[in-house]
Amino acid sequence: MTRLGRIHSLESFGTVDGPGIRFVVFMQGCPLRCQFCHNPDTWDVNGGTEYTPEALFSEIIKYKSYMDYSGGGVTFTGGEPLLQAEFLVEVSKLCKNKEISVALDTSGFILNDSVKELLDYTDLVLLDIKNYDPIVYKAITGVSLSPTLKFLDYLREKNTATWVRYVVVPQLTDNLDGVVKLSEHLDGYSNVKKIELLAFHKMGEYKWKEMEIDYKLTDTKEPSKELMDQIAAIMRTNGKIVTSNI
Amino acid sequence: MRQEWHDFEGGSWTTDVNVRSFIQHNYTPYSGDESFLVGPTKRTLKLWEKAKELMKLENEKGIIDAETLRPSTITAFGPGYLDKENEVIVGFQTDKPLKRGIMPNGGIRVVKKALESYGYTLDKTTEEIYTQNRKTHNDGVFDAYTDAMRKARHSGIITGLPDAYGRGRIIGDYRRVALYGVNFLIEEKKHEKKLLENPNLGSPDIRLREELSEQIKALMQLKEMAASYGYDISNPARDSFEATQWTYFAYLGAIKEQDGAAMSLGRVSTFLDIYYERDLKDGKITEEEVQELVDQFVMKLRMVRFLRTPEYNDLFSGDPTWVTESIGGMGLDGRTLVTKTSYRFLHTLYNLGPAPEPNLTVLWSIFLPEPFKKYCAKVSIDTSSIQYESDDIMRESWGDDYGIACCVSAMRLGKQMQFFGARANLAKALLYAINGGKDEISGEQVAPIFAPVTSEYLDYDEVVSKFDQILDWLSELYINTLNVIHYMHDKYNYERLQMALHDVDILRTEACGIAGLSVVADSLSAIKYAKVKAIRNEDGLVVDYEIEGDYPAFGNNDDRVDKIAYEVVERFMNKLRKIKTYRSAKQTLSILTITSNVVYGKKTGSTPDGRKKGEPFAPGANPMHGRDKKGAIASMASVAKLPYKHAQDGISYTFSIVPKALGKDMDDRIKNLVGMLDGYFRSKGHHINVNVFDRETLLDAMEHPEKYPQLTIRVSGYAVNFIKLNREQQLDVIHRTFHER
Repeated sequence: MTRLGRIHSLESFGTVDGPGIRFVVFMQGCPLRCQFCHNPDTWDVNGGTEYTPEALFSEIIKYKSYMDYSGGGVTFTGGEPLLQAEFLVEVSKLCKNKEISVALDTSGFILNDSVKELLDYTDLVLLDIKNYDPIVYKAITGVSLSPTLKFLDYLREKNTATWVRYVVVPQLTDNLDGVVKLSEHLDGYSNVKKIELLAFHKMGEYKWKEMEIDYKLTDTKEPSKELMDQIAAIMRTNGKIVTSNI
Repeated sequence: MRQEWHDFEGGSWTTDVNVRSFIQHNYTPYSGDESFLVGPTKRTLKLWEKAKELMKLENEKGIIDAETLRPSTITAFGPGYLDKENEVIVGFQTDKPLKRGIMPNGGIRVVKKALESYGYTLDKTTEEIYTQNRKTHNDGVFDAYTDAMRKARHSGIITGLPDAYGRGRIIGDYRRVALYGVNFLIEEKKHEKKLLENPNLGSPDIRLREELSEQIKALMQLKEMAASYGYDISNPARDSFEATQWTYFAYLGAIKEQDGAAMSLGRVSTFLDIYYERDLKDGKITEEEVQELVDQFVMKLRMVRFLRTPEYNDLFSGDPTWVTESIGGMGLDGRTLVTKTSYRFLHTLYNLGPAPEPNLTVLWSIFLPEPFKKYCAKVSIDTSSIQYESDDIMRESWGDDYGIACCVSAMRLGKQMQFFGARANLAKALLYAINGGKDEISGEQVAPIFAPVTSEYLDYDEVVSKFDQILDWLSELYINTLNVIHYMHDKYNYERLQMALHDVDILRTEACGIAGLSVVADSLSAIKYAKVKAIRNEDGLVVDYEIEGDYPAFGNNDDRVDKIAYEVVERFMNKLRKIKTYRSAKQTLSILTITSNVVYGKKTGSTPDGRKKGEPFAPGANPMHGRDKKGAIASMASVAKLPYKHAQDGISYTFSIVPKALGKDMDDRIKNLVGMLDGYFRSKGHHINVNVFDRETLLDAMEHPEKYPQLTIRVSGYAVNFIKLNREQQLDVIHRTFHER
């Protein structure tokens, strides 16, 4: 029997989830409950539309010429794509056959055999580290930090190219001592090629309202350029490339 | 060789009129980057300040001034200046900058109405002459229109027809005046006329002999006009300045006498580059001086004005003139046609700021030099002022010396013209198919009576077969209507100067058009893949529809519906091909609405795709607003599937994106936009307008227009000053799909 994947939505023109023009697959289902999540509609593991690996691949391959011209590829994000690693292994095999570059945008919460196999086909991991302070991490996401750090270790072992992503939320993830420690921690990982700072935004707030769930960040402001620069400067102390989207 | 041509490489161009040969033998392809470009000179800045002041005043008043007495001709007005001291390139349409002339040969009523709408009164004697003594194009057309034509025009199934104004979309090869001088061109025309001394002179030859005589007169007047500015253009241009000025004079002559909807320039930048390169090499000119020529030439092109009525502005909003200049592309021999002057033209958008005119059109090829691609992308991101068209597709059909007329109409320069045919409203045609030829709004029987659909739920095969019947009727009526219009236009409003800058034997195209393609495709898709219930009024007329279930919508790269769109285009085009045309013009088709998608929507009842009565169509070949759910590239991929071979007059697609969605920083944005354009054109896309800005900017501009005098946006095939759109059109632009994920 073919394994089916649950897909929230498809975006043919992704430019912020990996290099070049990306076909972005939003996978349905997530074990985390991040306070600043802008896609809470991807949480429910039973939602979405079912696709066979072939059906999803036939959508992806349509955009091959755009990927080739821009140095792009496909990015699996979500939701948490690792929840459906077996399905994604099948899709990624098809992609690799056609020389399509595969990126995985994940919290790194899961590391089982299927995930390990998926990583064999993955060219780039966008690893979201929500915070470096385990207590804060738990408060933000509802789950613990340690699986993510183990995941990062595994990526180093495999020497998988990794971009670490850090969402800057005022009063939540601007604990600078945590930022300092994260920067130090990453110093030991030569596979981490880049650190991306993403400014918190509230474009997903309406979804929380539609789903009638309590949004805790209504009064939180978007970070200032100064705060972003300050955090970027700290991150940069380990010598890595740091980018910020404002 | 003539001494004006010193240092040029000879070729067939020295004995025959052949600008392409001159270019191919003499141009210098450039594959470097933009670092050589320079800013504007002091003179340019001073002059531009004055021009901007005038334009500001124009914005406040509607128009600056208008002629009420003398109809425009090439020589009707003496010289006009903006600021003689700082003006390097000279010449205005009338005796004052931005003053609008009147051209009653197209129709006196339109002139009168347009003047009145701005508070001017047409001179009584002029009115009398054009009512009693001199017949106009408009009168001729209405003398010959049949009842069916009048009805179709009235109901809006065919609209925007050039039956009361100049048809435009003819590009004189203005470069010929610079390369050869007018005397040589006159001699050529005399020679051609001599060849038409046949023993049995039939009406086509008689017409052509009369036309050639008119062309010769126009060329003489062109010399006279240039002389009034102190220049003798009898002989070829000798240097950079003369080449630029002569070319502009030729174009100016055309726009002094014709107010066609689109008065495009052609493809002059690489031609002029040859003169600039020669003078730069000889140390006769500096880069600053070259850029000054280009800036000042472009400034003049930004000041082209015609007198239009408010109704006209509804169709073509924002006062466009379509001074389209085609830039770049590749030669048939594989060398790029990009030169330094391709950059210099685009650079005017920085030196003078963004602007809708001239309508700068980049002929994109995946083989263009990478630095040029990147520069274009940067200009798009910074100014939203340029459009892109596929040189790789068009070169196959039209060679490497074609230009774009208006928005998307390619024509070989000096060798081809078109009979502009506006467009047929296919969404309305679909409703006629369902209602047995009755108009869904007025209830009037517009098409011949045939059996309407009577079932409660629409059946795909039944609707398609009735649609086919309606298209048979529509295509015949449409072409016949155009035949009347262009017969009369040739007779009463012949473009003598523009045609003097063409070969004697030319290809004419009968340029038909489609509006509402995505509405039709989605409607048929809804009928096929969902259930569509017809809602009838008390007279049994279907006036609304209810959709049960989902259907694949055009713009999601889904073959189920994209194929329907393809077939609609093919079906209609094949029908048009069967109908005989005036002057044996070759039928072509465009999928282009300009901004008339709003007006067309207003005149069209509810459609089976769920669009409600009066709601705008999507512009051009665009998917309907908000129905393209898979992002920008899925949307453009659907459009790229439409067949150019069945729509050789162009397929227009307008794309708007917020800067952030294009990438994180400028480098990424440039790279991604280049990748997107390469991908789109690789997949056989024909045209794309690129807008890069935030929705908030537009909303702010609606409230505070004074803050955004130069805010330029690309709409269907051309660009406008956003603040010149009416509120309804502004809202339409804002409601259109913005890609922002």
